[in-house]
Parts: sequence; structure tokens; C-alpha cells
Amino acid sequence: MTALTMPARPEQDASLRPVPWRRMAWVTWRQHRFALAGVAALLGALAVCLWLVGLQVHHAYAAAAACHPAGSAICYDMFSSFSGMDGFLANGFILQAVPALIGAFVGAPVLAREMETGTFRYAWTQGFGRWRWTLAKLVLLAMAVAAAAGLFTLLMSWYYQPYFAAGNQTPQTPLFPGLFGLRGVAFAAWTLAAFAIGALAGVLIRRVVPAIAATLAAYAGLAFATGLFLRQHYLTPLLTSNSNPPGSAWIISQQWQTTGGQPVSQSVLSQVLQGAPQLAGKGGVPKSLNVTQYLSQHGYTQWTSY
Amino acid sequence: MNIIETSGLSKRYGSTWALRECSLAVPAGHVAALVGPNGAGKTTLLKLAVGLAAPTAGTVTVLGGRTPGSPAALDGIAFVAQDAPLYKNLPAVDMLHLTRNLNRRFDQRYAETRLAEFGIPLSRRAGKLSGGQQAQLALTLALARRPRLLLLDEPVAMLDPVARHDFMATVLTAAAEDGVSVLLSSHVLAELERVADYLILLSRGRVQVAGEIDDLLASHRVLTGPAAEAGRYAERSVVHVRRGEAQAHLLVRAAADDPVPPDWEAHRVGLEELALAYLREPGAAALPGPARARALPLETGEPSEVTR
Repeated sequence: MTALTMPARPEQDASLRPVPWRRMAWVTWRQHRFALAGVAALLGALAVCLWLVGLQVHHAYAAAAACHPAGSAICYDMFSSFSGMDGFLANGFILQAVPALIGAFVGAPVLAREMETGTFRYAWTQGFGRWRWTLAKLVLLAMAVAAAAGLFTLLMSWYYQPYFAAGNQTPQTPLFPGLFGLRGVAFAAWTLAAFAIGALAGVLIRRVVPAIAATLAAYAGLAFATGLFLRQHYLTPLLTSNSNPPGSAWIISQQWQTTGGQPVSQSVLSQVLQGAPQLAGKGGVPKSLNVTQYLSQHGYTQWTSY
Repeated sequence: MNIIETSGLSKRYGSTWALRECSLAVPAGHVAALVGPNGAGKTTLLKLAVGLAAPTAGTVTVLGGRTPGSPAALDGIAFVAQDAPLYKNLPAVDMLHLTRNLNRRFDQRYAETRLAEFGIPLSRRAGKLSGGQQAQLALTLALARRPRLLLLDEPVAMLDPVARHDFMATVLTAAAEDGVSVLLSSHVLAELERVADYLILLSRGRVQVAGEIDDLLASHRVLTGPAAEAGRYAERSVVHVRRGEAQAHLLVRAAADDPVPPDWEAHRVGLEELALAYLREPGAAALPGPARARALPLETGEPSEVTR
């Protein structure tokens, strides 16, 4: 009977019950609490700025929107000061740097530090298992930074609400390149992408500082490539021959065409403009604001895709 | 049960073979010493056994047929890598907590008792401990997991003699009292006779000697006799010849009751002497199965001439 009541042998036991996942929570927190605190401090400081300035922005917008008559110089000044309040964020480009910093300083060291200091030989030979350890750490940290970014997005959308409500009276439109990548889920998504880039760079480069540098470079490259080359393919651009496209439009390209639909080169346009001596400035460079009108009168159409 | 078993195990880094055609079977219950010059493949073999590297060719299993690196294998194996890697910024108490969280078993009381014995303050950061204390902490973390196999990579290379002695005493206690099998790599030969009872000698990525130390010592003899007659024993399995002015010392594979020729004396061989002789003769081998030591050529020229 003793044989039957003996406890399971360790090897059988091991295959039945792996170390519970939840135990990695403490491990991850203990090892990355400074990085996570850094994220909290960075986003917290920005949140305080956004909150304080945001209150003024909301007030200024309320005042500007109530201004009568709408076209007067006073109202114009009110709108321009309202618009200028956003200056400290450099048109949103400061916020664009936040995901990069999170990716570089939270994502890159996760694996690179283990590799650089040799502690992976400790971490990956514990009973928890190498792949489970890596997966648990990356998922937990990714969830933490994504949640922080998500909360920050809520504040950001509150902050920009007056600007978007103002329509095309300020440059801070929803499609403005500095802001487009920060709205809605995009900010959290960029944060996750940067974190993933950082973790990948860390495992490939195996050293913390070069991995951080590589993360910043890769993120910047990806962000610019997305803005310059990818974004215009998100939706089929609209096309208009109206010389005044909507103020909120994000203009992709503009082109002059003849009535027959042939594109016109810049040199042809210059020749046409040369024929209008009263408009030509020094060196044949047209200075007048009526160039558009003049060319339209000569049978050319400006097509704008946006 | 074999605590580690390899068959044709090979590992290549780039164009260099770190380990070639390595076939081993170490039974459980030994303190096995993995000996060899730098670059012989000791660390590579340990990394393969613990799943930190994958073989280029061949197979390796641990703890009686388990795949290295699998949860079932990692559960029963504790590995202390070279230079005892620890998170330098974590206090000892957090290293204990960390290891407890990462394993199914962790004997907290054992760990705390051992650290107290060695005067390691729980609140001190691992990076602030002395080299000997760091090694003891790493070993404590490994043993508190109650492993069945303890793998140690050059555990005492960086330690002073006292720390070295303490470290080995801990290992031997675990082996004797808890039945932990141990495989430790070292190039410090002097330690081994006291510590190990199984020897694996690696040279240039190949296994040269493998067996229980008692068996190895019993099956080797040092014959001392006139240098001029050294060539007469070609029929014997001579591993290594050391010549003096008048006398030659031959390490031969021979049982204790083998007849000794007239004018020659037979001595027991020490482990260090045996290991050194094989390390100097990369062509010789003493492996389980048919003896592979080569015969001494009839005409030996220079004193340093070796058997091929």
C-alpha cells in the first residue's frame, strides 16, 4: 500500500504543474519598477502640463467662439492666441517622442540587460522556463505601457477637443501631421510598436546602450516613413479643382493641368507667367497672390488631392 | 539513471567546433568533474545540458531522458554559471524572493540559514558582496531549489582559497546529505581528488577520459625503471612517458596484479598526475568500452616524444 500512497515522483509532478504565471508579476515589477516609474513620471509631468494648459485652452476657446462679430480683428487675435497656446508641444511633435522614449528605455533593456550582464544564464535556467519567462515579461510590460499610453490619450483628446471643434480656424486639425499619429488608439499603438522595436533591438544587439540608440533610430525612421509614404494610402485621396480645399484638409499633392487633362510642368507655368509682365517679379518669379487666378484664366486648372 | 547522457553531441560556433562527437553517460549519484584546458568545450557541454544552447548535431538528455531546457528538466536542474551571475542591484533577500517565484520548490529556511552561516546580510545588494559571498549566494539559490542535478561552471576559479574551500564544502554536503548529483567544470586539478568521484576529461572538443575515478586509478599504474629500457614495454598500453636522467616514468593502463618487469617498480597514480598525463597526450583516451590507449612505439626518440 505504501507504494500506492507515495507522492508523485518529481518528474511526473513537473509535467503536470508548471510554475504559475502570476508569479512573474512580482518578478517583473521588482526588476522594472524604475523603468515603469520613469514612464509614470514622464507621462505624469506631461499630463500636468496638458491639464493646466488645457484648462486655459478651453476657456480661450469658449471666449473666442463667443466673440462677435466673427470676422473682426479682435476675434482674429483671440483665435490666434488660442491657437498659440499649443506652442509648448511644438505642434504635437513633443508627444510623438514619448513612444520612442518608452520603447528605448523600457523595451530595449528588458532582454539586452540580461544578455549584457550574463544574468540570462540565471533567469533562463530557473524552473519557470525560458520561453515562458520571456513571454510573461514582455506581455506584462507591454500591457503596462499600453495602459499608461491609453490613459494619456484620454487626457490628450480632452485637451485637443477645442482645437478640433474650431475646425479649420487653427492649424491644429485632426489630420495635422503632428497630431494624426497621436489620436485615439494610435498613441497607444505607437507606444506598443516602439516597445516591440526596443525589445527586438535588445535581443539582437545584446547590449543596452546600443539597443537604446537603435530603438530611437528605428522608431524615428518608421514614424517618418509612415507619415511621408504610408499615410497617403490609408484612404483614397479626394480630388478637387476648387482652388480653396477645406482648411482641415491634409494636402498630399497639387498639380496644374491643361483643360485637356495633361499635366503642366513648372517651366511651362513660368513661361505662361512671363507673358503676364504686370505680375512677374524679379527674375520671373511671380510674387502676386493672383497667380492662381491668372493661370486659371489661361485655361489651366489646379488639381488638389487631399 | 543517467544524470546526463550524450550521443555524438557536437556544437559549432561559426567555423569552430566547440564540441565534437561527444558521447557520455554519467550515472546519478556522482560528483563529476569536467576537466580540460581552456577552450576544450566544458562550458559548451554545460550550456547544452541546461538548454542555453542547441546542439549542431547529436543528442543530449538529462535526468534520465529529459530534453534540456524543457520545464521538466529545468525543474530538477540548478545551474550556476561562470562568475555566478546575479542581479547586482537586488539585495540578497530579493534574489531569494525572485528565485522562489521562478521555481516550484524553494527552501526558504535552508537559504536563510546558509546565508546567515556565511555572514551574508540579507539586505545587502548582490553587487556589494565579496566574490566569495556572491558565489555562495548563487550556490545557495541553486541548492535551495532542491535540485537533483547541480551544474557548476568554473565555480571556484575566481575565489580565494578559503572561499574555495567553503564553496566546495557546501557542494559536498549537498551531494552527501541530499543525494544531489553534481557536474562541475574546472581547470583547477588540485581540488578534484578531494571533491570528485567521477572524471570527464575534455580536450579540443572531444571526450578523452570518462569514468569513475576509483576505476581509473585502479586501472592505471606508474612504472618507474631504467630510461634505456623504456622502449621495451611497447606491448603495454602506455599513455605517457616522462623521462629523467636515468629513470623513466611510464603511465600505463594496467591492473594492480599485472606483473611488473624486473628492475621496474609499480606505483599507484594520483588523480592529478593521471589527468595531467592525459592532457599532455591529446591522442590517448580512456573511455568505457574497448581500451583505446595507443601502444608505445618501439623506438622512442626525444624525451618529449609521445605515443600516437
